[in-house]
Amino acid sequence: MNQYFHSIRIDAEKCNGRMKCLRICPTQAIRIRNGKAMIIEEKCIDCGECITSCPSGAIIPLTNPFGELSRFRHTMAIPSPALYAQFGREILPDRILAGLKKLGFDDAFELAFTCGEVSFAIQEYLREYKGPKPLISNACPTVVRLIQVRYPGLIDQIIPIDTPREIAAREIKKKKSKQFHLKEEEIGTFYLTPCPAKMISIKQPAEKGKSDIDGAISISDIYSPLLSAMEGLEKRSYRKALESICILGIGWAIVGGICRTLRLKNSLDVSGINDIIKVFNDIERGKLRNIDFIEAYSCHQGCVGGSLTVENLYISYNKILKLIETLEFEKIKACPDIREVRKLYNQKYFFIEGKLEPRPLKPLDEDLGRAIKKRKEKEEIYEALSKIDCGACGSPTCLSFAEDVVRQEVDLSDCIFNLPRRFKEISREITELLEKTAFLNPDRPKTKERIKK
Amino acid sequence: MTMGDENRFLQSFEIEGKNFGKAGSISTKVKEILQEIGIEPTVIRRVAIATYEAEMNVVMYARRGELTLNLSPTEIHIEVEDEGPGIEDIELAMQEGYSTATEEMREMGFGAGMGLPNIKKNSDKFEIFSTPGVGTSVHIVLYLNQSVRK
Repeated sequence: MNQYFHSIRIDAEKCNGRMKCLRICPTQAIRIRNGKAMIIEEKCIDCGECITSCPSGAIIPLTNPFGELSRFRHTMAIPSPALYAQFGREILPDRILAGLKKLGFDDAFELAFTCGEVSFAIQEYLREYKGPKPLISNACPTVVRLIQVRYPGLIDQIIPIDTPREIAAREIKKKKSKQFHLKEEEIGTFYLTPCPAKMISIKQPAEKGKSDIDGAISISDIYSPLLSAMEGLEKRSYRKALESICILGIGWAIVGGICRTLRLKNSLDVSGINDIIKVFNDIERGKLRNIDFIEAYSCHQGCVGGSLTVENLYISYNKILKLIETLEFEKIKACPDIREVRKLYNQKYFFIEGKLEPRPLKPLDEDLGRAIKKRKEKEEIYEALSKIDCGACGSPTCLSFAEDVVRQEVDLSDCIFNLPRRFKEISREITELLEKTAFLNPDRPKTKERIKK
Repeated sequence: MTMGDENRFLQSFEIEGKNFGKAGSISTKVKEILQEIGIEPTVIRRVAIATYEAEMNVVMYARRGELTLNLSPTEIHIEVEDEGPGIEDIELAMQEGYSTATEEMREMGFGAGMGLPNIKKNSDKFEIFSTPGVGTSVHIVLYLNQSVRK
């Protein structure tokens, strides 16, 4: 059953069953079965924590290889603003975009500008929104998946404005196909991604049929060739390069960047999946109603912390922050015109096409009565377990093991602590068996006596 | 009650008074149980809010308390009983905005005087009993079958 596309694959040959992924997975979506890790599709939210934790390199992010450019007549690189944070401070976006063109893309798109437009659109939406608060950013696909799976009640609080990458790809296809008299499908749009999760939002968008992005190339794959491509480039003045940066958009690379550059008063920014879960629990309890907007990123520090980035996430976070501070200090505002954005906003230019649907986990049973009964069984099984969450059974915790038993995916005897008990049972069975046979029966007549008879 | 005990889920959870660090953990557990069983998200959200408020009341005011979840295929019963100061004037406590929370509690974002009204708002049936100096007991019911709901 392959209902859900995932951007993560486990290479069974490389997997040694060392359980690092089992323990780190925030949604307990991994099990070790027959010594190999496997992913429970419906539970996985593609956060990528397992990729970085695997000591054998057996968990592989699915991105597109660089070579796929030749499939298209015209290609466009759309780098995540997180790419701008990967190099030294003196290397600014204009140089990186020029480097991408030298690498073989026909063109490179400054996504930060679209990010800026979307920031303004979010501001507009927040202004007119009257529903339950807080609204939650949809920039991180893992956060969107987390809400669909674990917090279906919060789904209407996800902001319905499309992501900059999707809007940019859509507009690029329109514009370039007209400009070069090509079909839209002949224009290749490639997102340069800091994480594998973006891949799922491309292959299986949460809210619409098909993405306008044709592929995602890992930042870590393109890093080294890009670095050499930039070497021979002519240098532009730092000030000039600075003046082309949209301050609103550059902030999308880091957590808190949208809120800071929009100067939102009642906002909150959170990063790291476990901290997000804490905050979402609070929202569900109705605790954060005074907050207007939450920026949440599964990776620490935001997209700069993605598992497919190269630079240390604190250094890259700092680079973007300093850049924002410099632009603020220099009063440089190479941003979209808010009146233009308002016009587009009223034409529904920014809104997502479809509606986001919840994706709640399969209950223990389809029949409510039986589900209740199974939940009770789970509790009883759990109570009898050691509760030390050793993971030797292949389930991440004793509680999840109890559930796996109830779901009949494993057997109670798979728990290592049941082994001594099991041995005792087996030895008792053997003794009984032996006693039944003549050898151990003291009342059994001796062989000689038998012969005499 | 015609339903046999087989289809009934019954579990009690201890709530520690004054332990703000653990506050909210019981309502999260209740929510997870309901999710696994497959209760509708809208019902779960109402339970989450009601149980959280009830749990917070115990944490803020009482020495200790106990939440009992009693679930059948047709209804969710939740009872929160505590040993604490009790409520002198229940009618007054049920008014929105009325609160006896201390300055410190308010600073932490609690005690907006919405606790009890919120519990009532998010349940289909609501009962409260209290003996000053002894404790308080809150009992709520949420019906799972649409047709049963008033």
